[in-house]
Amino acid sequence: MNAADTAFILVCAALVMFMTPGLALFYGGLVRSKNVLSTIMHSFMLLGVATLVWVVAGYSLSFGTDHGSLIGGLEYLFLDGVGVEPGPAPTIPHALFMIFQCMFAVITPALISGAFAERIKFSAMVVFSIFWILLVYAPMCHWVWGGGWMAQLGALDFAGGAVVHMSSAAAALAATQVLGRRRGYGKMAFVPHNLPMTVLGAGILWFGWFGFNAGSALAANGSAVMAFVTTHIAAASAAVSWVVVEWFHSGKPTTLGAASGAVAGLVAITPAAGFVSPMAACVIGLIGGVICFGGILLKNIFKYDDALDVVGIHGVGGTWGALATGIWASEAYGGVNGLLHGAPGQLWIQFVSVVATWLFCYLVSLFLFKGIDLVIGLRVDSEAEQAGLDVSEHNETAYTG
Amino acid sequence: MKKLEIIIRPFKLDEVKLALTDLDIKGMTVTEVKGFGRQRGHKEVYRGAEYQVDFMPKVKIEVVVEDALVKPVLDSVSKAARTGKVGDGKIFILPVDDVYRIRTGEMGSEAI
Repeated sequence: MNAADTAFILVCAALVMFMTPGLALFYGGLVRSKNVLSTIMHSFMLLGVATLVWVVAGYSLSFGTDHGSLIGGLEYLFLDGVGVEPGPAPTIPHALFMIFQCMFAVITPALISGAFAERIKFSAMVVFSIFWILLVYAPMCHWVWGGGWMAQLGALDFAGGAVVHMSSAAAALAATQVLGRRRGYGKMAFVPHNLPMTVLGAGILWFGWFGFNAGSALAANGSAVMAFVTTHIAAASAAVSWVVVEWFHSGKPTTLGAASGAVAGLVAITPAAGFVSPMAACVIGLIGGVICFGGILLKNIFKYDDALDVVGIHGVGGTWGALATGIWASEAYGGVNGLLHGAPGQLWIQFVSVVATWLFCYLVSLFLFKGIDLVIGLRVDSEAEQAGLDVSEHNETAYTG
Repeated sequence: MKKLEIIIRPFKLDEVKLALTDLDIKGMTVTEVKGFGRQRGHKEVYRGAEYQVDFMPKVKIEVVVEDALVKPVLDSVSKAARTGKVGDGKIFILPVDDVYRIRTGEMGSEAI
């Protein structure tokens, strides 16, 4: 047990918690004013729901004793045996590790909500999230961090490129396919109703991400410092490169572009944060901003309605980050060597983990969405969608007077 | 008598008001409106997706004047409201049958 590590991870857990209300603002500003509360609710409510699922069974399935490299055991159900003794990290209390991981389990399903915003039933969202944490998130978490097959294979994912970003983006893609497009999509303008709110949310995400990535070192050590440094550099780089690209592409640099670019850079560096040099992070961010800008244009080509670009930013950025880890990872920074340090095999391992993550998360999410659609229905009716989900689902209006 | 519906850029309101009062026009009704003409509105871009925003904010001033005053109003309003760029606005000229002042019961020119 180490007091400095404990203090540091306590603060990091709090930082990661703050990302979820930050995400609520980020997403909330991007929807039309009649859906801002429902969109905020998708994130905020998961602080409650996902935490309960996590403490009841999610944590145990993720970090309990390994079964067949696929899933954790049941010994920690209801947090049985999760106390102040160190574990699984050597120097911090088990309960602290659990609650730090809990914050990841909260924000990951919240990320998905960007895809189905403005048209899903609140009840369906809650039911989906409960099952998704148990059937998709917990296995992914176990595979990567809980000693499952991806960890055994040697796949590198410092803070959740696969567990958090690709998994939520794969679910987001499934959501767009089962739910269909919003009424009027492609015919009328769906303009963000409050971009200052979105930029504030992006700022909170950036801030919280220091806990997300640096905290993933699970100790107050050099690895945490480097993860903090790479996180900031990548976010900064991607904010710049996104804005430059869109300036050329659309004629003007936009505020939403700067905010989106920062998030894209944060996503891209997440799997690599503790494994690469600061200058590698700079390149990962610069390229990440460019390809995520390309990612958001995909929906115009394939005509799916990923309302707030979860696939374009978290999917494309997470995939790029996982592959980039295989390219730039270096033993000198705490990981193993990647392609540029003489070990091309690591890139292959990263590639395998990317394909497996997308396939598994997409297929199980698709199955879940279809099942919920059959049983309770996923989508609100046309009249409710027209009126806005704030009134039709929650009996509230965000802005009056 | 004619009613003039003068649609202008919002930031030109003060100048046009001065121009009208200089012509000794005593009253006017001002409304914030939205609309577009042949050139339409402007383009907005959100994450690479372009949206055409048709309805631009404008100000509509309504005044009723004697026939003889129509030409001077057109001249001085266009001088005050013109920027030379697309979207300076329009003036619609409508016939007015009569005017009634509620307080005194006067009709016609007296009531303007």
